[in-house]
Amino acid sequence: MNNPLTLALTAVLLALASALVSLLAQRYPVLIKWLVMPLLGASGLVAAMAGIDGLLSGQVISSQLPFGLPWLAWRVRVDVLASFFLLLIGMVSVAVAWYAPGYVREFENGRSPFTVLGGFSGLFLAGMQWVVIADDAFSFMVAWELMSLSSYFLVTFQHENSANRRAGFLYLMMAEIGALAILLGYGVLAGNGHGFAFDAMRQAHVTGLWASVAFALAFLGFGMKAGLVPVHAWLPEAHPVAPSHVSALMSGVMLKVAVYGFIRFSFDLLGEIQWGWGVAVLLIGSISALMGVLYALMQHDLKRLLAYHSVENIGIIFIGLGLAMVFAGTGHPLLAALGLVAALYHTINHALFKSLLFLGAGAVLHSSHQRDMEQMGGLLHKMPWTGLFFLIGCISIAALPPFNGFVSEWLTFQAALQAWALENGVLRSLIPITAAMLALTGALAAACFVKVYGVSFLGQARSKQVRKAREVDWGMRMGQGLLAAFCLLLGIFPTSMIGLINSIPQQLLGTGLKQATEHGWLWLTPLGASVASYSAPLILLGLLFAWGLAAWVMRRGSVREIRRSDAWDCGFSPLNSRMQYTASSFAQPIRRVFGLLFHIEEGIKREQSGQLRHELHVGDRLWGWLYAPVARIVLNGGRLAGRLQSGHVRNYLGWTLATLVVVLWLIS
Amino acid sequence: MADFLSVSGWLLVFLQGLLFLVGAPLMVGWIRLIKSRLQNRRGPGITQPLRDLYKLFGKEVLVAHSASIVFRTAPYIVLASTLVAVSIVPLLSANLPSAMAADMIVLVGFLALGRFFLALAGMDVGSSFGGMGSSREMLVSALAEPAMLMAVFTLAMSAHSTNLSSVVEFNLGSGLILRPSFLFALLGLVLVAIAETGRIPIDNPATHLELTMIHEAMILEYSGRHLAMMEWAAQLKLMLYGVLIANLFFPWGIATELSVMSLATGLLAVVGKLLVLGILVAVAETVLAKMRLFKVPQYLNLAFLLTLLGLFSHVILESGT
Repeated sequence: MNNPLTLALTAVLLALASALVSLLAQRYPVLIKWLVMPLLGASGLVAAMAGIDGLLSGQVISSQLPFGLPWLAWRVRVDVLASFFLLLIGMVSVAVAWYAPGYVREFENGRSPFTVLGGFSGLFLAGMQWVVIADDAFSFMVAWELMSLSSYFLVTFQHENSANRRAGFLYLMMAEIGALAILLGYGVLAGNGHGFAFDAMRQAHVTGLWASVAFALAFLGFGMKAGLVPVHAWLPEAHPVAPSHVSALMSGVMLKVAVYGFIRFSFDLLGEIQWGWGVAVLLIGSISALMGVLYALMQHDLKRLLAYHSVENIGIIFIGLGLAMVFAGTGHPLLAALGLVAALYHTINHALFKSLLFLGAGAVLHSSHQRDMEQMGGLLHKMPWTGLFFLIGCISIAALPPFNGFVSEWLTFQAALQAWALENGVLRSLIPITAAMLALTGALAAACFVKVYGVSFLGQARSKQVRKAREVDWGMRMGQGLLAAFCLLLGIFPTSMIGLINSIPQQLLGTGLKQATEHGWLWLTPLGASVASYSAPLILLGLLFAWGLAAWVMRRGSVREIRRSDAWDCGFSPLNSRMQYTASSFAQPIRRVFGLLFHIEEGIKREQSGQLRHELHVGDRLWGWLYAPVARIVLNGGRLAGRLQSGHVRNYLGWTLATLVVVLWLIS
Repeated sequence: MADFLSVSGWLLVFLQGLLFLVGAPLMVGWIRLIKSRLQNRRGPGITQPLRDLYKLFGKEVLVAHSASIVFRTAPYIVLASTLVAVSIVPLLSANLPSAMAADMIVLVGFLALGRFFLALAGMDVGSSFGGMGSSREMLVSALAEPAMLMAVFTLAMSAHSTNLSSVVEFNLGSGLILRPSFLFALLGLVLVAIAETGRIPIDNPATHLELTMIHEAMILEYSGRHLAMMEWAAQLKLMLYGVLIANLFFPWGIATELSVMSLATGLLAVVGKLLVLGILVAVAETVLAKMRLFKVPQYLNLAFLLTLLGLFSHVILESGT
């Protein structure tokens, strides 16, 4: 009874039960707090237990479910890779379930029904958990669509706003195009393996051109869902408009499910990895990381900024995966394992700190009804707990020691530094360039989160609503606190976590990072102690020791009281909140330095009242380069096809008959 | 990991921390002294920065009404993270137990942690000067950090280790070979060091003209012991970069064993190297003028290109050695 597969199926059932119960939530709104969300949390908890169980036991358990098509029963399977992602989904959804009841209270009297919110949240979670345990292409696609469609309804939850409807449509369209690419990719594998079951695909080794075609389709499909540049356009539109706890689930978990799909497809099902694919993944990953953080710097909508950071972090994950593929394709399984572990570590880290930041942004939105950072300021005084947790999230995502984001970036750098082991000179020089882009990305991310925290939580309030903001209730704080604690724990005890996930490269690449953990929990030595070692507990201890020493020395000899006074105002009138640096002015130097990459519209307009108004719009250049032409072609094509529509039934019947004849001729 | 538990090793780490704490203000005093001689001034004595710090410790602390807890904890975090960073840089001896706990990438990370809180503190009061300083500091560091890491990577790929002690030992062991990659890395690292420690031509540590400041703008609101800690951290950072350049690229003289004689030689050697570096900085600051902010990216691009060239020449010319 107590095996990971049973637990995982229980988790799916609990999530479905949560969806079912919320059908009653319209009549009894109290159910949301006392039954729907707890069921969701229970589902997450059981999923996390399944994940830990699966990772610890390391066994592969598969089974068939008694429904589906007559010749194609649905298969489910839990191995270490699936367990890892179950753990990730579970951790985030427990925190979200804790947070959500407080957050959704404001929707209670809204026009959008509660049933939609609770029901689709449950379906969404069930879909994600099911994707991870699916063991044939058919049930995988069903679960994938369940995840995509239910999240569409969550994105358009506040559909009164036309921008939200538009974002939802874009999301739906790109999700479906991506799903189509994935389906075709599975088609290639199924055609070679003569079956939709993953086992059949694993046994049939696709080679040559077909393998590359399958890989390209999967990369496009999963990359679209994960939000890689240039197919990221839906992400910064869709994630911000969903309710914040759903944004946390989407950014924190759904993107990771896409990463799961990519790993499953290319490391497990596809057979031998070619290093050329690795180069493609590496390049796209680095471009995504850099473009993501640069666009994030230009945003002043807090949730939109966080969404762009998801693009960045997905890029970092794919840099790790690309390194793993390059090393695996050139016959360095140990180094490939390092790259894979780095990518997986960053996957779980990003899930934790991005969900934390979205929950924090949600808390700010909840208590001040403000998403625009230019209206915030001084929130740390009003919301100390949220401010503390948000700061932890900022430090983690900016990859600063001793928090978790640093560990995974450190591991990625260590993997990149092993480029000297490669024989190919081009690869040897390419990998350092991606490492440089990763370094630039990390530094820019730090700049961006100084901006986020400095403008929204420090300084003085810039608007009336923010001045009246109040700390959120304890449930919302607990949700954030849980994730913040995970961020710290994964930063300080990386060795334990890596010991836990070491069986994944063992299964996929044939070798684990045994030497990484051989010096005990205190030391992380990814490739042996002589190459590199890192001891986060000691570093933290040193930091606290130095802090304590400084505090002890400072307490003696100097005047201990602190006197409050006015800030320096150059001798003119006192400072007011409008004199502060804004988010746009903070990012202005960077906007100027990287100006070529943005589509900037800047100008000064005279308003009717005679006042001058400075306007600035920073847009995505890819809209003009990639999306607008495609949209134009589709529109023109649609117009051409529209000529067929004469409005007479006989013409339509004629077309149908002609099509039928052509199809019959083709297949005969 | 066995030698990590040696008591004498940790005593050495502690000793070198103290040396850094005392040496950093003296090094700044030395640079100021040389600079004033070059400008035909008598200038204050070499211990003036130390005496300034002592004076600031005794002063009352003023904090603006709008400042939050971040403003008050930032000096401790900045100083502590800089102290952790200096404790892993080999000063007297190549063998440091602390270098095992944190490698060169962690060093860059800790400098970034200090800078993060420094910039947050600049934003905290809500005056335009602080924001201006923070924004500029983050621009400069965002462009300098990749260059720094590229230089670090060149060293690490040569030594096949990111451990600072191993790199120093590798350089000592390989003797006097002119490696083109090291030359490029050294040039790049010098440019980065000037930018990161806020010296001319990037930032002028002596200015109080509000519109051109970077570092001084961020700490404008600080006073008393808070200011002392911020100043001390900045001086430590200057000495840290000096020691990095001196001991990574010119490691001769550094102690390889734990005996009084070799440690004394190491001390003499590093003091000599730092005095020379200080003279070079003073000369450069006397003959150069401060750059406009928007010229800084070009300067840092140059640093980045140099370090990238270093890495390439390592990968293409020297790999396998």
